[in-house]
Amino acid sequence: MSAETEIGAADERRVGNLDLFLAFSGISIMGFGGVLPWVRWMIVERKHWLNEEEFVNALSLCQILPGGNVMNIAVYIGARFGGLSGAISAFVGLLLAPCLIVLALGGLYQAYGHLPAVQGMFRGAAACAAGLILGMGLRLAWRYRRDLRALPVIAITILAMVWLKAPLLLVLATVLPASLALAWFTRPQ
Amino acid sequence: MNERPVLFDLAWQFAALALMSIGGIIAVVPEMHAAVVERHQWMAAQDFVTLFALAQAAPGPNVIVVTLIGWRVAGGLGALVATVAVSTPSFLITYGASRIWRSVSGKVWYRVCERGMAPVTIGLILSSGLLLSTVAIDHWGSLAITVLTVLSLLKWRNSPLIALALAALAGLAGFA
Repeated sequence: MSAETEIGAADERRVGNLDLFLAFSGISIMGFGGVLPWVRWMIVERKHWLNEEEFVNALSLCQILPGGNVMNIAVYIGARFGGLSGAISAFVGLLLAPCLIVLALGGLYQAYGHLPAVQGMFRGAAACAAGLILGMGLRLAWRYRRDLRALPVIAITILAMVWLKAPLLLVLATVLPASLALAWFTRPQ
Repeated sequence: MNERPVLFDLAWQFAALALMSIGGIIAVVPEMHAAVVERHQWMAAQDFVTLFALAQAAPGPNVIVVTLIGWRVAGGLGALVATVAVSTPSFLITYGASRIWRSVSGKVWYRVCERGMAPVTIGLILSSGLLLSTVAIDHWGSLAITVLTVLSLLKWRNSPLIALALAALAGLAGFA
C-alpha cells in the first residue's frame, strides 16, 4: 500500500501488530478512570516509541479530532508504527479487555441489581460518577477563570445544553464556529 | 419488537454521536441521554446513569459505556454493533489525519482550533456532569455524595476508583 510505505519511509521504525495489541491492552487494563497517564507512560517511558515532545504533538492532534483522546492516540501510534493493520491492532487491544470487563460487570448487575443493598450501592456510585464528571469539568474550567474570551463560550454552551436542551448538533453548528472565530481574531500575532 | 431495526438504530445513533464527540465521549452524554432515554426510550434515566457509573468503575476508555448500553438494549449483538458503530468514525478520521499530519503543534490553524474548541468542550463536559447529577441526585444523601466527590476531586488527585468505592459503601449503608 502506497500510503503505508509513505509513513514507513518517513519513520524507519516498525512495531509488530502483536506488540501494539499487547501494549494497548496493558494500557487499558491499568487505566481506571483516566487512561491517558498510562498511555504516556507506556509509549514514552516503557516502550520509547515516541519521545516526550513527539507524544505531546501526537496528543495535540488527537485532541482536536472527534472521539476519545486515548482511542485516537491508539490509532495514531498504530498507524505510525504498523500501518493499517497496526492501527487496528492497537485499537482492538485498547477496547477488547475493557469491553469484556464492563460486560461482566453488567452481567453481575443484571443478576443482583434487584437486591435493595445492590441498588443502594449503585445509587451511591451513580451520584459519585456524576460528581466525577462535574469535578473534571470544573478543573478544566479553572484554567480559564480569568479568560474573558473563553468564559462566555463555556457559559453559553451550558445554557444551550442544560437550560434550553438544544440538540448537540445545533450547539456544534453555532457556538463552535463562533468560538473558533473568536479564537482566530484574538490569536497571538 | 423486531430485532433488526433496533440494531440499525443503535448503529446509526452511536455513529452519529461519535462524529459529534468533540472532546471525547463524555462531552456527548446529554445527547446520548436524549437519544437513549427520550427518543428511543430504550431505558429509564436512572438505568442510563447506573450504566454510566458501571462503565466508570471499569478500567479502560470512557467509550465502553456505549458497549454497556448496546448490551442492555439488544444483548451481545447489540454490544458489538454499538461498539463498532461508535468506534469506526473516530478510527477512520484519526487514521486519515495521522497520514496527513505528523505534527500540528507549530501551525497557526491548529492553535486557533485548540483555543476555540477548548471552551466548548469544557462547557459540554460540565453539561454532562449537570445532567448526570440531576438524574442521580434524588435526596440529600446522594446530593452529599456528589458534592463531596466534586470537592475531593478539586482538592486531591486521587483515583476515581477510591471515590466510587466509598460512594458505593455509603449507598450500601443506606446513605444514598
